[in-house]
Amino acid sequence: MRWRRTGYVAGAVLLAGVIVFAAIAWQPAIPPVKSPDIAITPELVSKGRTVVALGDCAVCHSPEGHPAFSGGLGLRTPFGVIYTTNITPDVETGIGAWSLDAFMRAMRHGVSRDGHLLYPAFPYIHYTKVTDDDLRAAYAYLMTQPAVHAPAPRNDLPLPLRFRPALAVWNLLYLRPGAAPALDASPRERGRYLVEGLGHCSSCHTALGIIGGESGRYLGGGDVDGWHAPALDVLAHAPRPWTVEQLSAYLTTGLASEHGASAGPMRPVTDNLGDVPPEDVHAIATYLMTIQTSQPPTAPKAGAVADASQLARGHALFDGVCATCHGDGGPMETQLGRPPLAASSALQGPTPRNAIMMVLQGIPWPSHPKPTAYMPAFADNLTDDQIADLVVYLRSTTSQPPWPDVRDEVRRARKDLSHD
Amino acid sequence: MTTDRDEPVSRSRRAFLAGGGLMVSFALFGSLRVSAGQENTLGATILNPKLPGDLKIEPMLDAWIRIDASGVTVCSGKVELGTGVRTALWQVAADQLALPLERFRFVTADTALTPDEGYTAGSHTMADGGTAIFHAAAQVRAMLVDAAARKLAVPPERLVLENGVIKAPDGRQLTYEDAAAGLDLHRMATETSPPSDPSAYRYIGKSVPRVDILAKVTGGAAYVQDMRPDGMLHARVVRPPNHGATLVSADVDAVSRMPGVVRVVHDGDYLAVVARGEWQAVLAMRALQASARWRQTETFPDNATIHDVLKTLPRLDYVTTRQGVDGEVHQAAPVANAAPAAASTGARVERVEATKQYVLHGSIGPSCALAVWRDGILTVWTHSQGVFPLRAGIAGLLGLPKEQVRCVHVEGSGCYGHNGADDVAADAALLAHRMPGAPIRVQWMRDQEAGWEPLGPAMETSLEVATDADGALTAWRHALWSTPHNERITNPGRLLPAWLVSQSIAPSPPSPIPQPEGDADRNAVPLYRVPDVRVDMHFVTQMPFRTSAMRSLGAHINVVTIEAMMDRLAAAHGKDPVAYRLAQLDDPRAKAVIQRAAEAFGWTANPALPPNRGVGFAFARYKNLMGYCAIALEVEVDPDRRAVRVDRVVTAVDCGQIVNPDGLTNQIEGGIVQSSSWTLYEQVRIGAVGVESVDWQSYPILRFPQVPARIDVHMIDQPGMPFLGAAEIAQGPTAAALVSAVAQATGRRLLRLPLVPHLWP
Amino acid sequence: MIELTVNGATHRVDVDPATPLLYVLRNELALNGAKFGCGMGQCGACTVLVDDRPVFSCLYPVSSTAGRRVRTVEGFGTPEKPGPLQQAFIDRQAVQCGYCIAGMIVRAQALLERVAHPTEQQIREHMNPNLCRCGTHMRILDAIRAVAATGELHRAGEKGPAS
Repeated sequence: MRWRRTGYVAGAVLLAGVIVFAAIAWQPAIPPVKSPDIAITPELVSKGRTVVALGDCAVCHSPEGHPAFSGGLGLRTPFGVIYTTNITPDVETGIGAWSLDAFMRAMRHGVSRDGHLLYPAFPYIHYTKVTDDDLRAAYAYLMTQPAVHAPAPRNDLPLPLRFRPALAVWNLLYLRPGAAPALDASPRERGRYLVEGLGHCSSCHTALGIIGGESGRYLGGGDVDGWHAPALDVLAHAPRPWTVEQLSAYLTTGLASEHGASAGPMRPVTDNLGDVPPEDVHAIATYLMTIQTSQPPTAPKAGAVADASQLARGHALFDGVCATCHGDGGPMETQLGRPPLAASSALQGPTPRNAIMMVLQGIPWPSHPKPTAYMPAFADNLTDDQIADLVVYLRSTTSQPPWPDVRDEVRRARKDLSHD
Repeated sequence: MTTDRDEPVSRSRRAFLAGGGLMVSFALFGSLRVSAGQENTLGATILNPKLPGDLKIEPMLDAWIRIDASGVTVCSGKVELGTGVRTALWQVAADQLALPLERFRFVTADTALTPDEGYTAGSHTMADGGTAIFHAAAQVRAMLVDAAARKLAVPPERLVLENGVIKAPDGRQLTYEDAAAGLDLHRMATETSPPSDPSAYRYIGKSVPRVDILAKVTGGAAYVQDMRPDGMLHARVVRPPNHGATLVSADVDAVSRMPGVVRVVHDGDYLAVVARGEWQAVLAMRALQASARWRQTETFPDNATIHDVLKTLPRLDYVTTRQGVDGEVHQAAPVANAAPAAASTGARVERVEATKQYVLHGSIGPSCALAVWRDGILTVWTHSQGVFPLRAGIAGLLGLPKEQVRCVHVEGSGCYGHNGADDVAADAALLAHRMPGAPIRVQWMRDQEAGWEPLGPAMETSLEVATDADGALTAWRHALWSTPHNERITNPGRLLPAWLVSQSIAPSPPSPIPQPEGDADRNAVPLYRVPDVRVDMHFVTQMPFRTSAMRSLGAHINVVTIEAMMDRLAAAHGKDPVAYRLAQLDDPRAKAVIQRAAEAFGWTANPALPPNRGVGFAFARYKNLMGYCAIALEVEVDPDRRAVRVDRVVTAVDCGQIVNPDGLTNQIEGGIVQSSSWTLYEQVRIGAVGVESVDWQSYPILRFPQVPARIDVHMIDQPGMPFLGAAEIAQGPTAAALVSAVAQATGRRLLRLPLVPHLWP
Repeated sequence: MIELTVNGATHRVDVDPATPLLYVLRNELALNGAKFGCGMGQCGACTVLVDDRPVFSCLYPVSSTAGRRVRTVEGFGTPEKPGPLQQAFIDRQAVQCGYCIAGMIVRAQALLERVAHPTEQQIREHMNPNLCRCGTHMRILDAIRAVAATGELHRAGEKGPAS
């Protein structure tokens, strides 16, 4: 996934010197093929389309302005930029010469056809759990897409990080190869399979350790691109507890009537999930609701109650810049069925981070016209102090305790944004 | 160039004309008979049907052209809606008067100053208004020359006109103003005008820069929104959440006490605030809206069921027939439930059905108006398409005689038909009338425009066509269901505020624009050669959503339906679609645009296209009376992104004599881009609470990344031929060509508009 | 009182600090360029530059202008002496109703000051926030391309923030 950038790169720096481990990093090239080496049927392609959508492949490999699956998205990191690759069946620059075996090895082990190791920005530690059948379908689908000649731009990384064999060490720590198919036909098992494998939810929703491996509580929340990816195991304890129905609606449409719209790095994910069979989304939601912790999470430290003048400033700003859309009795509420702002996850959450990010970044237009939840970005319109006033005021309209240190958090968020 | 909007009212010409009608029957467009006293399709009364263009409506020359010591003034009842007609009309007047553009004033639509030309709509402006000015100016020019000849004692044919001066061979000269002294232009126009030589035109046929562009690109005052008279107050309205909702309560008192609020108006279901500052008005509007409680009284269909619902509602059936290849189009009087059309018979019968959802005009600037009630005159500055019908509506709404209401056109954001312009003018008039002396500016908000503008109607069509073994068309049966496309201001009840006030006025019953121009059935009669045509228009008179005119009316989907049928018939008979169309046409101008477009595009019968690409071709002559337009285009679809990219568009048009080639190109390009947006993306979301499209996220339209890579416009000029109009001629053919190209690219012939959400639901 | 600098001139206005800049520009300063279109940052008709960045003035609190430079289309040129983009729009007659045009010119100005010769894709992506309903897009793009080709608006040596 594109958003896990920092940790593993840092880890790779540390490990780059440990050349002794390089021996384990050698992987053979798999001979090229002239055409896909499996029988490709329309049914297989159709299934593959769903697999690819569930795997969110397009999020990184079909960036705006590039032909589908031709890659070229620059993943910015503090150390440099890694570009996603071309996965169209172009022989020279894509995966046109890849056999099914080569494709499976990449998905299961993070190894390119020619034997070089792939950066774990590519979530093979999750894709490894995908079944042979699904991988075969994904292969069939990708190999029948239009071939695009598009060499991946050269990664802009300092020398030590260009030493890919070092990744073998990282793999020793974090890669557990092998499929983890659903154990039965229940929605719960289907959901588990999708969440752990194709959906690779934990790559964002689990906290990362120092060298970029998932080391926090599984699905206990993580940080991505300046946003907080909320814990998925405490949804039942939210101020407005999530339900399977709300979660399904959210994942499918990007909008939950009681929680608001998806935003930030989650937006392209919900865009993708709109394309998959509704029963798969329902399965994901079903599974997630079964892994809820029995106890509510411990409440974060509350901040001091804001002074009246700050609340007044925030209220005035709300009238000036927010109320056309979010005001009481306004058309967003009456005609579009949007929840009151105070109900949104961003304002109800444990930290102000997502509320701040929402104000800074908004929700961009989709790449092609369709009904959507759009919000303009206010990064250029509001100062840090104004955003703090606004967010403090908005939090005061919820039933939750005040957040601490909102002003500092705005500064940190803007700094994170400037790195993007 | 200067204009003079505020010239005082000097005389009442209409009073003189009211009794002067001539009872003459006249064959207009071959089949439609109009007579004096009758209204034309744009709401103006015909006084002399023999005269060219809108001289029929206003036969007196001095209504169009006045010359006094201060100079020459040309008047038009038509308005600039963004199409550039102000410039084009000015060009026509300049050439026919033999005057440089900058040497005369040009005044448009002001009930106190200009002829009543009804609405500016339907691509009629050049055809009717341009033709009137063309002839009026030529006749006045001849009168000036005659007068000068008498004054100079020189035969008129020896006089030369140059730069506003009439010169004798001996060097003596008279200005137009001198020549006009003592000359009475209050004369009835004649049926024919002194000829002019198209090759001598200095302006007609030239790409004269638009007269309005400098202000628009530099931030000059260009719109009614930009007017700021002293003492102006800002008003905002609060509308019900949906049609029929009644007001239960609203906290008028609290809002009245808000900063800057001058007045809160509460009359029945009508709510408005008037404040000193615009921002104060917005805040007061929001507070009033938040406090208002409404009771919903109506239920509304949704997007999935609307076409079924249309078939269940009360309706009138209009049957139009054409017998014989050259037969006249005959539209019978409406009946409650017409017998269904007999099935077509022939060697081969094909059937095509299409649907269209409601669409928004979607002006970028929501409607706005300014009004003041002062010295017994209510003056309204408005971007209405028809200041005269608006005046009558407002006068009726307020119980004033028409003479006490003056409506002056000032540009607004482009309207593309009947949007909120008239309604907001009624809002301003209503509020100004209650607050004498203060200019009141009413600006609708985005959601108010989207929620309350009359929509472009949802429609369904069904076409059955029989052909013989060679593919010749033998019978044509077109049926369609639609609500009205012409809910213009024929009574005060057609103005939205009139429904809401406690002394409410009901709208007058709907009535369609008759054939051959047509309403929902516009362009339903084919131009193709077919001896037996019947069109059943099921005209739904009870509207679940208020609908009215939007560019091209029913032609948008009728042309889609017809051209999809032609594609299908061509395929059925193994013919190339372009060759097949040509074979079914007799009109040489129709054939010429088709051939030109096909040639310029490089049309081939069976192009070798990569996957996901398709080409489409379509043709129509707008209303079968106006401009000809053929379009070929190529698209690429991207199923993964659920996207259709319009790659290149080639069009050929014939709009008669071209007045301004660049202006024409601009209109055609605009029509193509706009129709692409309608056809690919646009539908009003409707549901339990009524109109659920309130902004651009709930009513997405085309943005820059989706703009076609290239549009080539080829124009076939017809010097000396009548002006045919341009602004709406590309809408139907663009849509039809897109449908065809997308069908080829996806392998699915989809006739559900808009295409993209139906291709990938 | 709030002090703001618009097109190089400093003004003092007596308004609520949260008032959107659009209303101050139009009513207090009688500038027509920025237009009310949606009030929600969805159409771009109100676009102005604040410290060289295009912003929706309908959502920009006037108090945010403190210490910043506001520029509107009026600041780019006059009818007598149009600026480069204004002239390009005139040359290509890139106007129909024109209601969106001032916002278009302002947004394009921001791009061309920052990027000397943007690609077609860059131009289209950059203009994405602004809507036109008449379908004048072909000409608007053409006018922007023409100025992009000269690079004359580019501020040499100035490296704008990535976007």
